Amino acid sequence: MSKKKNNKLRGILFGAGFVALAAFLFTGCPSDQRMLQSGDAAQKVYVAPGDHDEFYGFFSGGYSGQLSVWGLPSARMLKVIPVFSQDPETGYGYSEETKPLFNTSYGFIPWDDSHHPHISQTEGDSDGRWIFINANNTPRIARIDLTTFETKEILELPNTGGNHASSYVTSNTEYVIGATRFSIPYEKDLDVPINSYSDEFRGALSFIQVDQETGMMEMDFQIVVPPYNYDLGRAGKGVSGDWVFFTTYNTEEAHTMLEVNASRNDKDFIAAVNWKKAAELVRNGHGKTMDAEYYHNHYNGQNQGVAVSEVKNEVTVLDTREVDENFIYYLPTPKSPHGVDLDPTGEYIVGGGKLATVIPVHSFSNMLEAIENEEFDEFIDGIPVLNYDATIAGEVENPGLGPLHTEFDGKGYAYTSVYISSEIVKWSLDTFEVVDRIDSYYSIGHLMITGGDTVDPDAQYMVGLTKTAKDRYLPTGPKQNHPAQLYDISGDKMELLLDFPTIGEPHYAQAIRADKIKDNVKQIYEMEENDHPNAITRISDNRVERNGRDVHIYMGATRSHFRPDNIEGVKVGDTVYLHLTNMEQEWDVVHGIAIKGSTNSEILVAPGQTKTIKWEPTRTGIYPFYCTAFCSALHQEMQGYIRVSAPDSNVDLKWSTNE
Amino acid sequence: MKSLLTLLFSITLIFTACSGGNSGQQADSSGEPEQEQGLSDFEMEHGIGPITERIDISDDIDEDLRVRGQEIFEMKCEMCHNMEGRMVGPALGDVAERRSPEYLMNMVLNPGGMARNHPEGQKLVQEYMTVMPFQNVTEEDARALVEYLRDYSMNN
Ligand code: HEC
Ligand SMILES: [Cu+2]
Repeated sequence: MSKKKNNKLRGILFGAGFVALAAFLFTGCPSDQRMLQSGDAAQKVYVAPGDHDEFYGFFSGGYSGQLSVWGLPSARMLKVIPVFSQDPETGYGYSEETKPLFNTSYGFIPWDDSHHPHISQTEGDSDGRWIFINANNTPRIARIDLTTFETKEILELPNTGGNHASSYVTSNTEYVIGATRFSIPYEKDLDVPINSYSDEFRGALSFIQVDQETGMMEMDFQIVVPPYNYDLGRAGKGVSGDWVFFTTYNTEEAHTMLEVNASRNDKDFIAAVNWKKAAELVRNGHGKTMDAEYYHNHYNGQNQGVAVSEVKNEVTVLDTREVDENFIYYLPTPKSPHGVDLDPTGEYIVGGGKLATVIPVHSFSNMLEAIENEEFDEFIDGIPVLNYDATIAGEVENPGLGPLHTEFDGKGYAYTSVYISSEIVKWSLDTFEVVDRIDSYYSIGHLMITGGDTVDPDAQYMVGLTKTAKDRYLPTGPKQNHPAQLYDISGDKMELLLDFPTIGEPHYAQAIRADKIKDNVKQIYEMEENDHPNAITRISDNRVERNGRDVHIYMGATRSHFRPDNIEGVKVGDTVYLHLTNMEQEWDVVHGIAIKGSTNSEILVAPGQTKTIKWEPTRTGIYPFYCTAFCSALHQEMQGYIRVSAPDSNVDLKWSTNE
Repeated sequence: MKSLLTLLFSITLIFTACSGGNSGQQADSSGEPEQEQGLSDFEMEHGIGPITERIDISDDIDEDLRVRGQEIFEMKCEMCHNMEGRMVGPALGDVAERRSPEYLMNMVLNPGGMARNHPEGQKLVQEYMTVMPFQNVTEEDARALVEYLRDYSMNN
């Protein structure tokens, strides 16, 4: 009780501090920013031309739907991997083999909002096999293969509204987690009044199993929980490796004007789930099967293949109201906590109390003891609520206003991003005292430390992912790209090294030592292993076939020609499928194809790869096509013609090269 | 003292500047005594690449190897080469008569190095305006290709 009063007093004192701080923030001139002598900072981020960066950084694209790849510390952008949004540059989401990746139970969705990339782990450390990322809007999780840097799989999550607490993996990538940010009725397509919220709406926590050989995901089970907003999640590690944690807000169960109505309670909860136990309960038949509809899109081939969509019709559910055994607990946590992050040992569970005046730190071993001693304040839908004083290990005071996310350096310190006061605070896991703080430009969301969420942080660099650029770069109009700042955290004091614009809105990011990935990266698709059903693996197989109104062109590309490059006998009303195989076997020699007047995208085809693009000509005439990639000295010669005739014409189907 | 430093500096420069200059695919020199353009007698006659000494090849055609060679040729070479008549690259119908087996293998295993550093390769690039790519073939594949090309030139 007395604790609560203290909090209030602290809040008031702190509020005054904040006003002063804010005043400083808005008047402080840029030269006040703490950074090294610019020469020193430049040295630290300088990677000589031709040299490689030490780390790969993966930044979510937010509302771009994609995932961008950066070299750190230079902040050179290496690639944008298209994931949840169509990409006319590569043909991703337009080509026939990638279109099925976009299928959902609501139809073909060309876009989503990608938030939290997470690299697969082995024994709590990033292993560089795959990277997962969540779609927040139409709840999905994608898996990207880190040998080709291509999206290989997208799984939809049923009965979920806003998959935000995702796509974090457990210590050995046994599971990827997901959760409903917006609780909705659990039953499929249930049509009820919105104000039946407390009665009809439920939360869902998803546990997606990952095949260790192929990486393929499968919805193993969902836990049905009270209708709060489940915000962020993290798997435990080390001592807490069998557990995952989710933050909640809106324990008020508001369904309108959450800004006010979901900010009433002094504390919301961190949900601690013993996933091993839950999985065991499911294996032992404590789950029930419910109707659902969700898509699982993945490639059918070992190597290339084409994406296919499988529709799933049921999901296994553990309902806390119906299962007697305890496998999930609520830890009261002030106040609308956003992030939940575990230190490298897995002992400390740090809540980012968005509206709190302290950073609450729970102890995992305290939690186990409280469970053992049944120190429960109450039960909500069968879920024991643990006593706050029993689990809390400490509260970090004076953390700034709006603490969100925390990562660790493995040397005893935690770093928390603080949104409203736009700064990063460094604090000791020993004393729970703030030891350093540094400004963000401006309004930081997530932060990321190289390896900072693993059991073994590299703790060299930290990236702050901020929400507005304002005056930081040359202005580019009323809407500007989102910034990121790179800090050196190898010393006692955090030092700003670099400030650079990114793509979309990066939420979370991950970084991994480059040597864990770079030697496994594929340079070509091997021709011998091309299992795309419409590939040609010898150039003499190039041909054109008619099947009713469908015309299939099986074409090969080598520098600097297409085969065939003269085609006649296509008619208005035909649907033409152009299957292009790049017959090159040399790294980075890419060919593309574009046809005049095609309302579809181009396709870019990597060495040894096959892609198919659909074309529906609507006018007669001669259609030039050409290679869109500057592939060789004779690239300008890499072209061809397709003749399109009237529907009733008797022009024979015919194709040739060099005739 | 200063000149020593300069020397050290230039040495470092040379070593760092050179790394990766060969586009990573194949090594293109052997350690033999050098000749014109820095090439050894062997390299002049048999090409630059991983094959650095004569290999044993019987006069008879190894039929299994030939079949394998033809498969590889159709998959990885035919888009650029005809047996008779120029295409992207030169006609290969009689190439086994014109070049040694080792030369053919080095050409296939190290086409970039041949185009850059071998006088014959340089000549061909000027004529064909395309540098032949490395087609991800192994030494065994290259040996099989030789068998296919030898057989073709014997029988045509
Ligand atoms: C992209 C087109 C291309 C492909 C594919 C290609 N070549 Fe070539 N090849 C050339 C060109 C062009 C030359 C002329 C030399 C140069 O420019 O590098 C050449 C030269 C050669 C020569 C030397 C001919 C001579 O007279 O000395 C041989 C032998 C050869 N190629 C064999 C092959 C074999 C075997 C393959 C398959 C493994 C192959 N090539 C694949 C384009 C190609
Ligand atoms: Cu091209």
